Amino acid sequence: MNIVVLVKQVPDSGSERKLDPADNTVARAAADNVINEMDEYAIEEALLVRDREGGEVTVLTVGPASATDAIRKALSMGADKAVHVVDDAIHGSCAVQTSAVIAAALSQLEYDLVLCGAEATDAQLSVMPALVAERLGIPQLSGARKLTVEGGTAKIERQTDGGYWAVEAPLPAIVSTWDTINEPRYPSFKGIMAAKKKPVETKTLGDLGLDASAVGLANATSKVLDFAGRPPKGEGVKVADEGDGAQKLVDYLASQKIV
Amino acid sequence: MAEVLVLAELNAAGGGVRKTTLEALTAARALGEPSAVVLGAPGTAAGVKDALAEYGAAKVYVAESDDIDAYLVAPKAEVLAQLVSEKSPAAVVIPSSPEGKEIAGRLAIKTGSGFLTDVTEIAADGTATQVAFAGATIVHSQVTVGTPIDTLRGNSVTPEPAPAAGAEETVSVSISDQAKLAKVTDRVVEQKSSRPELTEASIVVSGGRGVASAENFSIIEALADSLGAAVGASRAAVDSGFYPHSFQVGQTGKTVSPQLYIAVGISGAIQHRAGMQTSKTIVAVNKDPEAPIFELADFGVVGDLNTVVPAATEQIAARK
Repeated sequence: MNIVVLVKQVPDSGSERKLDPADNTVARAAADNVINEMDEYAIEEALLVRDREGGEVTVLTVGPASATDAIRKALSMGADKAVHVVDDAIHGSCAVQTSAVIAAALSQLEYDLVLCGAEATDAQLSVMPALVAERLGIPQLSGARKLTVEGGTAKIERQTDGGYWAVEAPLPAIVSTWDTINEPRYPSFKGIMAAKKKPVETKTLGDLGLDASAVGLANATSKVLDFAGRPPKGEGVKVADEGDGAQKLVDYLASQKIV
Repeated sequence: MAEVLVLAELNAAGGGVRKTTLEALTAARALGEPSAVVLGAPGTAAGVKDALAEYGAAKVYVAESDDIDAYLVAPKAEVLAQLVSEKSPAAVVIPSSPEGKEIAGRLAIKTGSGFLTDVTEIAADGTATQVAFAGATIVHSQVTVGTPIDTLRGNSVTPEPAPAAGAEETVSVSISDQAKLAKVTDRVVEQKSSRPELTEASIVVSGGRGVASAENFSIIEALADSLGAAVGASRAAVDSGFYPHSFQVGQTGKTVSPQLYIAVGISGAIQHRAGMQTSKTIVAVNKDPEAPIFELADFGVVGDLNTVVPAATEQIAARK
């Protein structure tokens, strides 16, 4: 069972994140960059499937040179090797373009299963499995809270409001995972040391047979015209409860015509 | 007037159109004349056509086939792509559910277009407003290639009736084998609730770590029920096992934008703010006067939630 996990490096969602006023793209250089939290669940799931079924886990990242930190994290958790697509021309690409790069990179790999996080915490589109599936003509099993792989078929429970859909498809398939699916392991010291020696292959657009005009900010399918910080809220009212807190709260709701 | 396709999002079997669909029809009117698209098993359109017409659908395209619901996402994108090619609409507007965003993405690739997700406002020139980074940044964007596809975030637009003809047009459906790979074998509802859907509710009452136990969440539920509100939970509350994950509001959960958000026992970490910062009015109850949630709150009570919340619930009930 050969498994590829798509991993994205994102600005830490626990710190302040900004767009770069120079070109309206995510300000990555100045940010505290980390592996997308949701991807750790995909990596864990890949390792669990590999340990049951055998085979290899390959990490695939599209991102700047600094994204190697996210790759090392994935390798230290136990993935076997990595492919890093890095090319300055990719900067500012939209999701449609990025999916073309990922699909081209996947086409050069052997895979039975592709896993990714159900959402990246920076752009929060949650569409990459659908886009990659559309491009490669493979089934999309997205939003999984449970995955089973058996006899050439993948089955998931697709998380919905108040329940789930059972969905199944023949392999190869792309599966995205929510944080309800497992509990990702922490890299061990041994894992961290081993990760330093695991192979990371870098590829350029040229290596993937893609032209620079297919990607990048200037050729994106959508563009950010402008952005601004949310206007600050007016000073709110804060009262200390001295036995009348509930009364004041209800009075406030009444003043807003809510009750 | 230019035609704008609006994909109708429907409740499960026979439950009518979702509010998000009426919002999408309302927003689409900025760009032209909306035509609703109903996709589903045979018999789906009969119960929803009138509502679509009432909210401005000049036409209702009906594509019915068992294949549409039997497979995940791909069949719907395929039928929509066929319609885009036949009708050359000025834009496509889709409610921003997980499925809606995935349909939009596939449609973009099929039609050589760009797409924007979680749009909160659409201007007449096609400029879309989006909020980024935990609601802290407001972005104006535009699709620059092909037929613009926007997914509209729930509760961003107030649905307004605008009666139109709602002329039904049947679309012949033939789903390719390529779109029939991921088969939906079961749809399971685990939590039946009489409360409104979290992302659609006009009032949300959420509890955090301060609620202290799963049992004590009954305080949150009682306040929610007195207001006809949905119940939410912070990640800390979910991780502590107080409330199920599907009710989590925040960066890794649902994003809500109700008229009123009441945060109870929630400190207001960035993780949580990401999911509720765009709420119109925010009320907080927390015993820590320094809790960051008070920076967001229009009205805050510093006090013990175990006394304040039940008393408020009682007073709200007494006013009815």
